[in-house]
Amino acid sequence: MRETSVQPTFHDAVIELVHGAGGKASRRLIEGLFLPLLANPALIPLEDSAIMSIEGLRLALTTDAFVVKPLRFPGGSIGELAVHGTVNDLAVSGARPLGLLAAFIVEAGLPSEVLRAEVEALARAARRAGVSIVGGDTKVVEHGKADGLYIVTAGVGLVDPRAELGVHRVRPGDQILISGPIGDHGITVLLARGELDLEADLVSDTRALTPFVEALLEAASPGLHWMRDPTRGGVATALNELARDARVAITLAEEAIPVRDAVRGACELLGLDPLYIANEGQLLAVVDPAWADAALAALQRVPGGEQAACIGEVQEQPAGVVIVSTPYGGQRVIDMLVGDPLPRIC
Amino acid sequence: MRYVDELRDPRLIRAVAAEIARLADPDRHYRIMEVCGGHTHAIYRHGLVELLPPNVELIHGPGCPVCVLPMGRIDDGLALAEQPNVIFTAFGDMMRVPGRRGTPLEYRARGADIRMVYSPLDALKLAQAHPEKHVVFFAIGFETTAPSTALTLQKAKALGIRNFSVFCNHVLIVPAIRAILDSPDMRLDGFIGPGHVSTVIGCRPYLFVARDYGKPLVVSGFEPLDILQSILMILRQLAEGRAEVENQYSRVVPWDGNRAALAAMAEVFELRPYFEWRGLGFISQSALKISEAYADWDAERQFDVPGVRVTDPKAAQCGEVLKGVLKPPQCKLFGRECTPEHPIGALMVSNEGACAAYYHYVHRLAAAGRDD
Repeated sequence: MRETSVQPTFHDAVIELVHGAGGKASRRLIEGLFLPLLANPALIPLEDSAIMSIEGLRLALTTDAFVVKPLRFPGGSIGELAVHGTVNDLAVSGARPLGLLAAFIVEAGLPSEVLRAEVEALARAARRAGVSIVGGDTKVVEHGKADGLYIVTAGVGLVDPRAELGVHRVRPGDQILISGPIGDHGITVLLARGELDLEADLVSDTRALTPFVEALLEAASPGLHWMRDPTRGGVATALNELARDARVAITLAEEAIPVRDAVRGACELLGLDPLYIANEGQLLAVVDPAWADAALAALQRVPGGEQAACIGEVQEQPAGVVIVSTPYGGQRVIDMLVGDPLPRIC
Repeated sequence: MRYVDELRDPRLIRAVAAEIARLADPDRHYRIMEVCGGHTHAIYRHGLVELLPPNVELIHGPGCPVCVLPMGRIDDGLALAEQPNVIFTAFGDMMRVPGRRGTPLEYRARGADIRMVYSPLDALKLAQAHPEKHVVFFAIGFETTAPSTALTLQKAKALGIRNFSVFCNHVLIVPAIRAILDSPDMRLDGFIGPGHVSTVIGCRPYLFVARDYGKPLVVSGFEPLDILQSILMILRQLAEGRAEVENQYSRVVPWDGNRAALAAMAEVFELRPYFEWRGLGFISQSALKISEAYADWDAERQFDVPGVRVTDPKAAQCGEVLKGVLKPPQCKLFGRECTPEHPIGALMVSNEGACAAYYHYVHRLAAAGRDD
C-alpha cells in the first residue's frame, strides 16, 4: 500500500476524562489522532473487532481495558467484565472466541486476596463463555495509581462463515432489536459507588453475548446486517454511530424499549436518560424486516433473553440522526453522549 | 411506575392537547414562558412542542440555576477547590460547567479534590469523616435547594463542626420573574410557574404577576400531562379575560409553601443587595448570602475569594433568548461557536438551559440536511 500522509486533526491541548467517556469527545480523539496516524484497511471501519482474512479464514481481533470503580458491584466485578467485554466485542463481530490474553496493572498495596478473587472471577467467566485465557502480563505500579487494579484483555476469534455484518449492509426498513432491558449495569455501578445514598434491587447485566449471537446466526443469518454491544454511552451513542456511519436515520419507539422499573426510577430521580446508560450484557441487532420476527423469537428463546424487543427501525431520512417518538406523538432527537452522565439535582 | 405512568397516559395527553388546540384563538399568537429549567427539559424530552398548535409558543425562562450563574462565580469556587487541604463538593449539575480554566471535572483530573454530592448533608458527613481537611460545599439553586443548605448549616452549627463551609450562590425566582416582566422588550402572555421552587415558597409570592402585570401564572408539575394541563389553564384564563395565580401541582405544592423550610432559610440567609445573573445582568435583592450568625461557615468570609468577573462575549444573545425575544437558533453563536461541548453562553451550559435542550432534542433534526 502506498504511504498516505494524513495529518491528525485533533488539537485539544490536554487529554481530559471526557475523551475516554465513549461519547463525542472520544470519537474526536480516535478519528482525529489515532486513525490518521495508524490508518490501515483493518482499522478504518472502527468496528468492535478488526477482521483479518488469512488463508480463507476470517479472524476477529479486539482488545479492551477495564478501569471500573468499585472493583466489585452487585452482579459482577472487574474480572468478569474483563472477559465479557472482550468476548462480546468478538461476538458482535460474528466471531466465536478462540482465546483471550489478560494483562493486570496492579497498585502496590492491593491485598492479594482481592487480586485472587478477580482472577477467580476471570477464570469462572471464561469457563462459562467457553474460552481460555492463553497468556498475559503483570505490572505493579506505585501506591496511589491504578485504583487498585486495571485489567486489559485482548481476544482473537473466528468469524462465523454465515456472518456478513457491517454498516454497508444496513438498509432503510431494517428493524432494530435489543436483547433485554437497558441501563442495568451503569445504574448498578453508579449506586454501588455509595455516593448517592440510594439503594435499588438491581444487578449488573454483565454476561457473555455468545449464545445470543449464536441464536441470531442460526435463525436469521441472511437477514442479520449489523450488531453492537452498547456499553459506555449506551444505546443512544451506539445507534448515533450507526446512523452516522451508515448515513441513515434511526427511529425508536420509546414505549418499546425495555427498561426495568428500578432503572427507570433511578433515572427519573437523578435526571438521567436510560438510553445513555452503559450496558455490559446487551446486544443491538439490525435485521432485515423479512427476518425480524425470526430473529426476535430466537433472542427471546435464549435464557435471559425473554425481554428482548424490537425497538425501532432504520429510515432513509434525516440521515445521521436518531429520533425517539414518544407514545403521545411527540419526538425528540437523541444525540451522542457528551461526557459521562451525571446526576442532576437542582 | 406510580406518579409517572398515569401522568404519561397517551390518551389523556392527546385529549388535553386537543382541548388546547380547540381553545387557542387562531387569530392570536400566544407566548407562554416556562420559568423553570426542569420544565424546559421535560418539554423537549417528551416532545411536547409538537403537540401544541403553532400559534402557542413556549419561551424558556431563567429557571436553570446552573445557567444563570456567572462564570466568575465558578472561577471563585474553583479557586477554593485549589486551596491546600480543601475537599470541594458540588452537585453533579456543576461538574461540567466551565470556568475560564476548565470545568470542576477537569480540575479534578488535574488533581484538585473535588467530589460530587447528592445533598449538602453528604458534604457535612465528609467534613466529619475528614477532620484534618476543610470541606467546602458549592451551593447553587433556587429556593428548591436553599432549604437543604440552610438545614445543613444549622446542623453544622449545632454539632460544632468547624471544618465545613458553604460557598453560597443561591438565587431567588421572584426577582428574576419581575426583571423579565419589567424588561422593555417583554412580550409574554402568561407563565408556567415553577414546581419545585413553589413547594417551598408556595403560590402567594407570584400574586403580583397577575395583580400588577395582568398575566396569568399556573404553578405546574413536571410530567407531560401536568405541563399540558397548565398550558390549558393559562389559555382558559386568557380566553375568559382573567389573570390569576392557579396551582396545577396541588398534589405537591401547598398554597402557603413550606413554613419550616422558609423559617430555616430566614435564620441562615440574608438578601444580597444585588447579584449578577448570567444573561440578565445585575438584579437587586435577587440572591442569598449567609447571615452574620453563620459567618463562621461562610466560605466567602473564611477564604480569600478572588471575586472574579467574567463577561460573556458580546455576540452571545442569552438575554434576548431568556426574555423570549429570540428563539435559541436565532442567536448568532448557536450551534456554531456555542455548543453543549463548548458552551459560550449561559443557556448552553446545562441540559436544562433552553439552548442546550433545543440543541440536543431539536437542532440536529433541522441541521441534518446541512452538516451531517
